[in-house]
Amino acid sequence: MSIWEYANPVRFLALSAKVQPFAWGAAAIGISVGLIWGFFGTPDDFRQGATVKIIYLHVPAAWIAINAWIMMLLASLVWLVRRHHVSALAAKAAAPVGLVMTVIGLFTGAIWGQPMWGTWWAWDPRLTSFLILFLFYLGYIALWEAVEDPDTAADLTSVLCLVGSVFALMSRYAVLFWSQGLHQGASLSMDKQENISNVFWFPLVIAIAGFTLLFLALVLYRTGTEISLRRARALSARMEPRA
Amino acid sequence: MIALLIRDLRLAMRAGGGFGLGLAFFLIITVLVPFSVGPQSSLLSTIAPGIMWMGALLACLLSLDRLLALDFEDGTLDVLATAPLPLEAALAIKGLAHWITTGLPLVVAAPFLAVLLNMPPQGFVWLVVSLALGTPALSMIGTFGAALTVGIKRGGLLLSLLVLPLYVPTLIFGAEAARRGAAGMAVETPLLLLAGISLACVALLPFAAAAALRMTLR
Repeated sequence: MSIWEYANPVRFLALSAKVQPFAWGAAAIGISVGLIWGFFGTPDDFRQGATVKIIYLHVPAAWIAINAWIMMLLASLVWLVRRHHVSALAAKAAAPVGLVMTVIGLFTGAIWGQPMWGTWWAWDPRLTSFLILFLFYLGYIALWEAVEDPDTAADLTSVLCLVGSVFALMSRYAVLFWSQGLHQGASLSMDKQENISNVFWFPLVIAIAGFTLLFLALVLYRTGTEISLRRARALSARMEPRA
Repeated sequence: MIALLIRDLRLAMRAGGGFGLGLAFFLIITVLVPFSVGPQSSLLSTIAPGIMWMGALLACLLSLDRLLALDFEDGTLDVLATAPLPLEAALAIKGLAHWITTGLPLVVAAPFLAVLLNMPPQGFVWLVVSLALGTPALSMIGTFGAALTVGIKRGGLLLSLLVLPLYVPTLIFGAEAARRGAAGMAVETPLLLLAGISLACVALLPFAAAAALRMTLR
């Protein structure tokens, strides 16, 4: 029993059907607990007041926005190396989710930045990298839409994802060189002794887990839709009389 | 390889507009900027390096959709793909031809246009150096973008959407070098990073471009 068994669409759909209810349920619980606890159960920050609570949307959305791209990169690699269609379709399915999360991250950041930094937008390295990530998502989705043959589309978007990842990473460090930062450092990290204080930390981690499960559920669902669409196209192509 | 380079250069020169079009576009951008931001010479001299880089970038972009599309339509690319010359080398040559026809004229013309924007004279050298180091990267990234979109009908707009985000690091370091040069500051760091990007693009992107092109031609 290896993970490659699930490259078979039938097996994948069967597993996906089993996993999905749990993923949806756990995502709903995680997001509602994280957000409600975060919004009502934590004290206001002594300097930022109630605006600090947008962090429970902002950080999980940003987390998914970055990790969705990494997942697309891995799925693209699997497609290029082993040519499993499910993998290519999963990458395709993840892109719009990542795009929406990027937009949520940018918007919540702007809403928070207006009272705190006194500006909706600043050309800060983190903000700028996110905007560039947004453009990469747009290009990736547009390329999927533009190529007619599905296998060629999967090939080309995979190559774009690979090259784009390198350039996205380069842009990330190039903007550090280009502009000084306004954004605070990482809210959470493994190697730091002191994260944000525990009252904020627990709901935040729960919200992040909830968003991750939501991403999993959405990608499984959307991949299933793509597989059905592919099947429907194959069937209708077979039904048509050969001219 | 040399035959292919000469063929591409001849085509660009004789097919009308290829050679001078990018340059004319660059000139027009430079002339239009003072109309849009106003004629104050202090403002213009501040933004001149950025405008020059922006103009170079757009002029490069302008000629990209014809880089491979015409050869794709008349079947030349199929011949190249089956030729003994590796497709990677052929695409590197295409990128080089694109650089000679658009990048090099821009580098030569940049100081004259910088005068129009009232750029400080001590920055001219660094503007030229930064463009000379950065435009090869622009051409190679463009070749990759053209290889990705060559099979797509009306791919021109999509090409811009794909290529422009990839230009970000080159633009940052190139414009930074030109800006620092104009302000009389040290320029080594951005120039070295810019040269690094260009060399990496020239070394690696032909492989990515050839992979994308093979997928389209298959």
